[in-house]
Amino acid sequence: MIEVVSAARCVACDVCVKVCPTDVFERGPDGVPVIARQGDCQTCFMCEAHCPTDALYVAPFSDPAPPGSPHADEAALGPALGAYRRIVGWGSGRTPGSRADKNHLFTRRVRVVPERPED
Amino acid sequence: MTDPSTATGTDLTADVLVAGGGPAGAWAAVKAAEAGANVVLADKGYLGTSGATAAAGTGVWYVEPDPAAREAAMASREGLGGHLADRAWMARVLDQTYANMNELAEISKYPFPVGPDGRQIRRGLQGPEYMRRMRVRVRRAGVRVLDHSPVTELLADGSGAVAGAAGRRLRAGGEFRVRAGAVVLATGGCAFLSRALGCDVNTGDGALFAAEAGAELSGMEFSNAYAIAPAFTSVTKTAFYSFATFYRADGTVLEGAGSQKGRSVIARTLLDEPVLCRIDRATPDERAAMRLAQPNFFLPFDRQGIDPFHDLFPVTLLAEGTVRGTGGIRITGPDCSTSVPGLYAAGDAATRELICGGFTGGGSHNAAWAMSSGTWAGQGAARHAAALGGGAARRRTRPLGAAGIRPAGRPALDHREVTAAVRAEVLPYDKNYLRHGDRLAPALAALDDTWRALRDGLAGAGVDGARARSAAAMAAHARWMYRAALARTETRGMHKREDRPGADPAQHFRLVTGGLDEIWTRPETAVAAVAP
Repeated sequence: MIEVVSAARCVACDVCVKVCPTDVFERGPDGVPVIARQGDCQTCFMCEAHCPTDALYVAPFSDPAPPGSPHADEAALGPALGAYRRIVGWGSGRTPGSRADKNHLFTRRVRVVPERPED
Repeated sequence: MTDPSTATGTDLTADVLVAGGGPAGAWAAVKAAEAGANVVLADKGYLGTSGATAAAGTGVWYVEPDPAAREAAMASREGLGGHLADRAWMARVLDQTYANMNELAEISKYPFPVGPDGRQIRRGLQGPEYMRRMRVRVRRAGVRVLDHSPVTELLADGSGAVAGAAGRRLRAGGEFRVRAGAVVLATGGCAFLSRALGCDVNTGDGALFAAEAGAELSGMEFSNAYAIAPAFTSVTKTAFYSFATFYRADGTVLEGAGSQKGRSVIARTLLDEPVLCRIDRATPDERAAMRLAQPNFFLPFDRQGIDPFHDLFPVTLLAEGTVRGTGGIRITGPDCSTSVPGLYAAGDAATRELICGGFTGGGSHNAAWAMSSGTWAGQGAARHAAALGGGAARRRTRPLGAAGIRPAGRPALDHREVTAAVRAEVLPYDKNYLRHGDRLAPALAALDDTWRALRDGLAGAGVDGARARSAAAMAAHARWMYRAALARTETRGMHKREDRPGADPAQHFRLVTGGLDEIWTRPETAVAAVAP
């Protein structure tokens, strides 16, 4: 679930408020988005990919991080902020990650699995 | 249509309304607009991030137009699907998918990978990139996009033909209404808020709208897809687990467990004890390829400090219902029309039996179906609207919604209670996955009770109103699923009955389902022919 909105990095562009498919954010009084409905977060990481300043961190759990968790501590996360956008290859000067896509290899693998989907 | 720059967004007219902003809805909107229609697209989330595709990476059923390759592609999966697919539909989906993927390269400049021969490899898509570019194309086509605007019901004219839809604007506030010549339902399948990657917007809303308008469903027994994910996370990518070994908590190998064959062993074991996993059968090249194919697969691992190739980690199975099942709204014509005039269905909202029968192994066929059926539904809806003429969008309409929006009695139920009651009957592996008539029947009875209660007392205002409709849609979906699962007294495709092992040649037909308060099933007698 979304855990961190970095006020230091945020430029109040509202992109995350707009793109979140489950409408988790609200614009805060200072323009920095607040996590208004964390329980609706589906942990899809889309806000991270779209954030132009790497200000967001989605913890890898479908439930809220426990109190004191490093996953909710911006200082402890460091380079994890922006890591997903880097591999998706979005941002100026980057190559889209889709250029290196290998999905076709795994589709072929499913195809060669013998008849009967399961036991 | 009102000028998009000045419209208030509350009461609109259009030739075509598209409900849903995943790939099927996006293609439907583009193709309807290219056919000359004024188009409005409404999505409950955001066109570009909503749904099962945007958050994932997927292979695509893209096969060069070489007769031998096409024949092999069609033959490879017929047995898996229980021989319920249709060759003519498969052939035209292969044709259309080939054309659409090439449009993605040429019009949307999708950055495909390039093979050693210097040619682009167009057999896969990364969701974020794909759907970002589809949003651009939809908007360039002049489509008016309403984000964060769930459709909550269809509108009909005096003859019963679909004539638009209404919904709620979650961020802008208030309600919206779009009167239109035709409607495309591209609202996705139903995963019952299981937290499977990107699927929480997929609550089966379109199937409920379609049934209220009088449309039929097909293949609802093929609705027990479950995906492997690391426990307590959302990221599903079952294909990668074909390189995994599964273990019991004591470190011994879980015999018979696997991602394709043997997923039911995992389900059965998870009922009593944890299942651990290690992706220990991938070569270094394959490991590298996985990272490039779906980067977010590794986020839960990297962020927890787990090396999935060396460390044991607990896994779970997340329900994907009809998202990766094949059941949905029944298609009655080559333009993805339904049995209701003015109503079209595309993507996972529609049945995928026409190309997959009773089983899909993953995203490849669904991705091909989404872009193909979206194209046909968009074009068909545009033609329908054009044939009605300019006054179609100003017809007198009546709203069709009932359950969860116009209760028979005093609203007293909370949508959360309804959702919890539905999930309790649908998510457990021993009810939906490991199917047995003795467990399906009481589960259906409980769901029928839930349905009666919500018909009497479920409604809500604003956001809660949209959620009440989704709760009602999930209840309806679960009841169609289990009614069909009980009616198919055999094992076929993904529908496996412990009490009815083996296929029954006498049940080699598709099963049509419908109804709301009273649900019925019947064998399909006529296939939706490609040629009208």
